[in-house]
Amino acid sequence: MSEEQDKDKELLGKQKDDSVKAESSTAEKAEAAASQALDPEKGSSASVPGQPDQQEAKAAGDERILPESGEAHEQSVVSEQPAANPEREAKLKAAAEARAARAELKVSAATPSQQQSDAPAEEGSSPAVNPEREAKMKAAAEARAARAAAKAAAEGGEPAAAPGDAVGSDPEREAKQKAAAEARAARAAAKAASEAAEAPAEPKPPSPKQPQLDETVELVRSLISEQAVEEAYINELNDHMPIIVVGRDHWQATANLLRTHDRLQYGYLRNVSGIDFETHMEVVYHLVSIETKRELAVKLRADREAPSVPSATPVWATANWNEREIYDLLGVDFPGHPDMRRIMMPDEWVGHPLRKDYEPLDPEV
Amino acid sequence: MIRTEELLLNVGPQHPSTHGVFRIIVKLDGEVIKEAIPVMGYLHRGTEKLAENLNYTQIIPYTDRMDYVSAMTSNYVLCHAVETLMGLEIPERADFMRLIVMELQRVASHLVWWGTYLLDIGAMSPFLYAFRDREIIIDLFNELCGARLTYNYMRVGGVKWDAPEGWIDKVREFIPYMETKLVEYDNLVSGNEIFLARIKNVGQYDAQTAIDYGLSGANLRCTGVDWDLRKVKPYSLYNRFEFDVPLGKRGDCFDRYLIRLEEIRQSLRILKQAVEQFPSSGDTMGKVPRVIRPPAGEVYVSIESPRGEIGCHIVSKGKAEPYRLKFRRPSFVNLQILPKLLVGETMTNLITILGGIDIVVGEVDC
Amino acid sequence: MGSWLDETLTWGNTLIFALWGIILLVLVLGFVTYAIYFERKVIGWMQLRIGPNRVGPLGLLQTVADITKLLIKEDTIPRKADRVLFILAPALAYVPAFGVLAVIPYTNELYFADINVGLLYYVALSGITTIAIVLGGWASNNKYALLGGMRSAAQMISYEVPLVISVVGVIMVSGTMNLRSIGEQQGDWFWQWNFLPQIIGFVVFIIAAVSELNRTPFDLPEAESELVAGYHVEYSGFRFAFFMLTEYVYVYAIAALTTVLFLGGWHAPLAFLDFVPGIIWFLLKFAFIVFFLFWLRATMPRIRIDQLMGMGWKVLLPLAILNVFITAVYLELFIKG
Repeated sequence: MSEEQDKDKELLGKQKDDSVKAESSTAEKAEAAASQALDPEKGSSASVPGQPDQQEAKAAGDERILPESGEAHEQSVVSEQPAANPEREAKLKAAAEARAARAELKVSAATPSQQQSDAPAEEGSSPAVNPEREAKMKAAAEARAARAAAKAAAEGGEPAAAPGDAVGSDPEREAKQKAAAEARAARAAAKAASEAAEAPAEPKPPSPKQPQLDETVELVRSLISEQAVEEAYINELNDHMPIIVVGRDHWQATANLLRTHDRLQYGYLRNVSGIDFETHMEVVYHLVSIETKRELAVKLRADREAPSVPSATPVWATANWNEREIYDLLGVDFPGHPDMRRIMMPDEWVGHPLRKDYEPLDPEV
Repeated sequence: MIRTEELLLNVGPQHPSTHGVFRIIVKLDGEVIKEAIPVMGYLHRGTEKLAENLNYTQIIPYTDRMDYVSAMTSNYVLCHAVETLMGLEIPERADFMRLIVMELQRVASHLVWWGTYLLDIGAMSPFLYAFRDREIIIDLFNELCGARLTYNYMRVGGVKWDAPEGWIDKVREFIPYMETKLVEYDNLVSGNEIFLARIKNVGQYDAQTAIDYGLSGANLRCTGVDWDLRKVKPYSLYNRFEFDVPLGKRGDCFDRYLIRLEEIRQSLRILKQAVEQFPSSGDTMGKVPRVIRPPAGEVYVSIESPRGEIGCHIVSKGKAEPYRLKFRRPSFVNLQILPKLLVGETMTNLITILGGIDIVVGEVDC
Repeated sequence: MGSWLDETLTWGNTLIFALWGIILLVLVLGFVTYAIYFERKVIGWMQLRIGPNRVGPLGLLQTVADITKLLIKEDTIPRKADRVLFILAPALAYVPAFGVLAVIPYTNELYFADINVGLLYYVALSGITTIAIVLGGWASNNKYALLGGMRSAAQMISYEVPLVISVVGVIMVSGTMNLRSIGEQQGDWFWQWNFLPQIIGFVVFIIAAVSELNRTPFDLPEAESELVAGYHVEYSGFRFAFFMLTEYVYVYAIAALTTVLFLGGWHAPLAFLDFVPGIIWFLLKFAFIVFFLFWLRATMPRIRIDQLMGMGWKVLLPLAILNVFITAVYLELFIKG
């Protein structure tokens, strides 16, 4: 039963953002599918309607067990040799076709049936199951994004401009958005009254770093673009560290400005972190100025499908290996990076281990 | 006609001087390095991924194993991050204990560095002298928390074990002993002609390069940049004590060497003051809920470990486990400058420069 | 001893020569065994530890155990190594080491060969060992070994010249290259030994000799922490034992040579102590030099290859030449005239 338990865990893990009802129902469904899937190993996938992509993806990765689902054109796609390159091509092809196929399905219809087909696909796979997982990961991401978009539409727009932002039941996001809204309200009031920014009548006293934040935002907005800074707020817990969220398209210019402008002079990049929020990826740059000892954190958001953030290596050389690590472990691409290679994992590794939906090669691990 | 080729040499992963499993692919022209490509990840254990399934107290032993030469500071950075996120207050005695063990750890770590650096350079004896002195510190830690290398000593809200009876006196006795030993070491090594010839003007860089590459610790201060997190952003009780931050001038390996030896001296100074001001009673743990569940939010804190700035970035969703835990490891960031420094150097200087950066591969790979 | 050398060569004489040779070999091997033991002990004491003390009483059988281990190891030859050269290198390294022992006089009566060009013979043969080291480095098919071998060649050339020239002063003062005569001509008081009048030559000789031996601080060819054992990285078992043997036999040879050339050989330091047999004085001085080499190893860091060569050509060679010049001037003004 361990296999089923593993499957259940994986399935449950994938649906972290779902509501509880969906979880329990799909868990039951998954169990049913699992018990169904155990005996007729690969053939069971045929029992699940409309999942040609799953079989294909599974078959692509499954070189040891012959695909029993007799679909000629898929098998021809999968002309398998254990050599890496043809396998990779097959993987990519399978993944592309999987995506195309899935794009046709409705979100709600796809979600429950997906999990069922996940079950047989998973347990039928051999350890070299990367292409299948790639396909799965992409599918899961898409499903989630679609769900999130649906929720965002339902909840009625947030002031936040970043895509994939609104995932409701997230206290962190709510706190941030509150702070962001506060900051915006403050700035709006200040602009309207053409005074320096003062906190509106709220129980919280103004943060001591608020002027620094405002100055930074002003400079960026005026010198780069109005849309450069998407959000700006203070993180009170972290010793009032100012945080700005910058749009990807303006990041290169903003980075240069942050480093070179004499009111800013954030010359020391301390840390680059990548975070996998399941709806989007985030890259955080923690900066500090050696001269003025001021700190700043800059966040960039990227969507989960093909996350890409312009590299900051031309501006701060520290970013070089940090971005490589984020690429390696989270899959965020940094165009403009001089040497985008894996750094911790072996060069031929497939998958990005730190992602939330990463499947380790060995399910026992 | 004579045709010369570039020699591709693999330094490591098994090599006596790479300080762990760490590999540098070196392209040589005779003895001169044309290009050096570090390859790491041999010791990658997925600490950050594992942390997403563990609660904060369970992650503390993992931090021990990251920078195993200086485990107390790694423990502290995690506990400090969680405490900052939760807004906890630490009782004074616990804070003193933390500070004392961190400074003792700094001395021990620099001793290890000194001994192994000289071993790389070829002198065999200082290694044993350094370890003899470090043994005293390790014995103190053993008495305190039961372990010699991976202490698992700090907890969110305080420390786990109180100082046993007589422990503070032993620390008090250690300080003058170590000071005399430092004088001995200076006499033995710092004036040695061969040593100076090996180290001076090797691996030199200027302050702007150091800031660009995000170097920290002695690697940054050797160029003259006054940036020590204990002074710039004091944490724990450091603002109560007087100490100097040694700065270098030239930015070469010799300056780093002198700075680290001087840091030992300054740590002893802090220890002397801490031991005198040590509160005679107090709690070792603050008011901490049984299950540590920090509020949702994120935090980045960093402290000064013997290697540089070690930081901890926690993204929490209000659960007992972190949503994302990222460590900013000083050895990882400091190592970035290695390929740049090595171009044009000889093989021998590779070892000298690599030793001078003071890396611990457990930290590089995390 | 010398009388036998003057007789005609008969089978009996040949047998006696061979026997004495074997006795010397056994003695030298015994020396090597206990030199290794004492090195480990002395360096251990200097590093505040004890050194070997388990195997046998006081650890005296430690080297025996080590040699036994080396002998019973598997004889591995890397696949792509040059087999002939790989096998030849250790033997080629060892034979000259033993060969140079022939010219060393222990007392006025106890010597093996009384060659008039003894010193030259010594220097010439010790060069062959360097060829063997380079050979071993090349034949191992290993880049580290190659680097070690190349370094060794560079080092040897840089230090052979100052070594020989530093001894020229002694030759000029003694008027002969015959080691027995050089030893004999040094007086019975320690200020009459060659190390004081030829102090510059002595210093240069000591430095160059340590470099010839490939010992710390000049042990670059086998720099452990950089080249992971350098030229003998691929050698294991008995072949490695040969290289180690070579090194220690050379320690013996250099210590003996220094004693004879500069420290008065078998003469007592103070004339009234000459009731003690000369061989005892020889052994005491010899032991002191060996101890000094161990002491250096425990204390000094390693020098870099370019600094080594720089020092050899730019410092030691001019000093050695200066020594020759001063000796010549002295001889001209005070001895001849």
